[in-house]
Amino acid sequence: MKVEGKRKIWSDYQKDIAYDRFYYVRSCIRQTVWPGAENIYLRILREVLGKEVIESEHHTTCTGIGYHTEVVPFETLQTVVARNFALMQDAGFENYNPSCVTSFGIYTEILDTWHHFPEEKQKTRDYLKKATGREFEEPKNLAHTSDVIYKFRNEISEKSKYTLINKVTGEPLKVVDHIGCHYAKMFPAKGVGGAEYPHVLAGLVEAWGGEVIDYPERRHCCGFGFRQYLVQANRGYSISASKKKFESMESFKPDFILTNCPGCNFFMDRWQYALAEMEGKTYDENGNGIPVLTYEELAGLVLGFDPWVIGLQMHQVDVEPLLVKMGIDYDPNQKFKGINGKDLGLPESPNNLNFIK
Amino acid sequence: MVNFGYTTLPTHIHDMDKADLGLADSISFEDSSFNLCIACGSCTSTCTAGAFTNFSFRQMCHQIKRGENSQAIAESEKCMLCGKCTLACPRNVNTRNIIRLVRKANQTI
Amino acid sequence: MSKTVAIIGGGIAGLETSIQLEKLGYDVTLYEKDKALGGHAGKWDRLFPNRRHATEVIDSLTSRIKDKVQINLAATVNQIKRENGSFLVEANGKSQKADAIVLTTGFELFPANKKEEYGYGIFENVITSAELESMFSSNGKPLMTNGNNPAKVAFIHCVGSRDEKVNRPYCSKVCCVTAVKQAIEVKEAIPTSDVYCFYMDLRMFGPGYEDLYKEAQVKGVNFIRGRLSETSEMEGGRVLIKAEDTLSSKPLKMTVDMVVLMVGMSPLPSTEKLLKDLEITPNNDGFVQVKDYHLEPTHTEADGVFVAGACTGPNNITDSVNAAHTAALEVHKYLTSE
Repeated sequence: MKVEGKRKIWSDYQKDIAYDRFYYVRSCIRQTVWPGAENIYLRILREVLGKEVIESEHHTTCTGIGYHTEVVPFETLQTVVARNFALMQDAGFENYNPSCVTSFGIYTEILDTWHHFPEEKQKTRDYLKKATGREFEEPKNLAHTSDVIYKFRNEISEKSKYTLINKVTGEPLKVVDHIGCHYAKMFPAKGVGGAEYPHVLAGLVEAWGGEVIDYPERRHCCGFGFRQYLVQANRGYSISASKKKFESMESFKPDFILTNCPGCNFFMDRWQYALAEMEGKTYDENGNGIPVLTYEELAGLVLGFDPWVIGLQMHQVDVEPLLVKMGIDYDPNQKFKGINGKDLGLPESPNNLNFIK
Repeated sequence: MVNFGYTTLPTHIHDMDKADLGLADSISFEDSSFNLCIACGSCTSTCTAGAFTNFSFRQMCHQIKRGENSQAIAESEKCMLCGKCTLACPRNVNTRNIIRLVRKANQTI
Repeated sequence: MSKTVAIIGGGIAGLETSIQLEKLGYDVTLYEKDKALGGHAGKWDRLFPNRRHATEVIDSLTSRIKDKVQINLAATVNQIKRENGSFLVEANGKSQKADAIVLTTGFELFPANKKEEYGYGIFENVITSAELESMFSSNGKPLMTNGNNPAKVAFIHCVGSRDEKVNRPYCSKVCCVTAVKQAIEVKEAIPTSDVYCFYMDLRMFGPGYEDLYKEAQVKGVNFIRGRLSETSEMEGGRVLIKAEDTLSSKPLKMTVDMVVLMVGMSPLPSTEKLLKDLEITPNNDGFVQVKDYHLEPTHTEADGVFVAGACTGPNNITDSVNAAHTAALEVHKYLTSE
């Protein structure tokens, strides 16, 4: 591998990422499945980096999942997105900051559509006005939340408590990065590092001391694919796509998988459980599975937030082996205590995937 | 094992790292005209068997080159050995001999 | 006083035009931006279809140049101006008068890193066809970066040709036969190697080309019809490649030790500036537009400016030599009709 070749590509694909005053928009999947991840993102921006971030309780889904499963028409999608933009203007903000890669893809696609087909934008203005009485402007800056963590990766590194170095062996941790398809595959110039060799997560791993592993199926879809998962008859197709990735990364013995997309994060984590239960196979050596982290969760760990505050107990593949490698001090007894100290109860243990109580 | 109501799917990809090219190598060694196909389809278009079955000499050779040997051997049974394809082939592939070699490999196996 | 012709570019076309114009009695000023004459062919090891050494051709051309040709090496032409019915050619800060111009600026090899998904410049053992020629010149065989012989080599046709994604929609026409030639050479240099050519169509249009293709088949080179989608680097610098095997309508993958990208011919960016000076518009593919593709293939729309070789589009050596002869004759007709 010639890293200088990658650096050349990375320098070709740099994008504008706002410095402050973010209008934050949640992800349907992430806020449901890993609410701690979104919470920790806001805390890092506000408490660690001192940024101004707001969100509106009135914002809705972008309807991306419905759009991609063809139950929401394009006109509806555009109007819903325009309404979310209007809410940002109401709040006096200009930098739109979605937490979801599907949404980021949707916003990018719509802004590009309006650029090339202004009549679509005019139509959307009319629909929004009729439906809600609102008017909207395009955001000044559109950056995914992983872009923002990327932009401040060195500041985070300076304030970090832990690095991505294996405390036992002294070696850098081996990380496979997985980028959501809609982050840059549709519009390579809108992703940090482009579509073929994205730098948005690799840059974090580099900055925090780890080593990125480039495995053959890195560019392959996680398997979500919307209707491929949502329709039960297609689910074998979805899990097979994830399996192909796990098989491809297995020989590289990654310490964890780092993702930037809520769907990918969900499927790469949960399908490891399903594969273990269906086929008795895990893709690490010890039957633990390969931990899957989002960039905010990883940033939170590096900065020294408590793993259970970050919400890592919500993962199907347990993260404790990784915490040990990073030398993170954590209290196993707090794993299933809620934020108020209330006992959440112990989940059922899978048959073929180690569960750390 | 748990049955969730769906299964993982077998791969549809030609994995050339795992393909069994033994038959291809032995046929090529015994009759190197096997290598000369340019996939023009003259053999199939003139084929007596191909008019009534899905037999394609070109496709059978291709299957051997991808290690799909059992399919190719089964296909070879459809040939009537009339020899029209040998007349038609612009690259002078000795098609009847290739069929003979495939069938011989079947007996050896 | 004899008239002077400026020839821009000292590759095959420029050398042959110089020879012919000198024979016709003209003073020739030959500008070459590199330190040596011969262009791309001068850096090649052996030529299709008969695999003679490229140096034979280049040496033969340079030996026929006599003293009425003023050769300027490492001379980049920055500007060409019209002045009182003739031209002023400025190179390296020095201007010289010319009565006619022949553009023989040639081409550049397609910059393979533009096909990001092929990993050129990133993966160790992904090389271009030109780099393979250098390996043949210096080692007589290809070598992996770890010094080992590659056991499996894949040639990828049409890299920077027939590809609208990289703004190269045209066929570069010489790469098919070059791949077949190089595949045979790899097989001969490393007889135990497995060699694969991934092609979309094999365009064997010239004399001896189809024979070369058949020779490659006889020698066991495997031809797979399908365009490479992407590469990934494996342990030990090996490369996983993926394509569709379009003859069986299935995706295909294989791990190889070396990938050779058959880079096409691209318009040379520095020619563009000269075309602006001379008020000549490039053709759709970005090469020099000739006045009449069928009947005046070495004329341009600018009076007194002629053209030969691969700056008009992908050419083989024979095409360039033929065009050079024509251009020389057309220059002669132009300069004697005044």
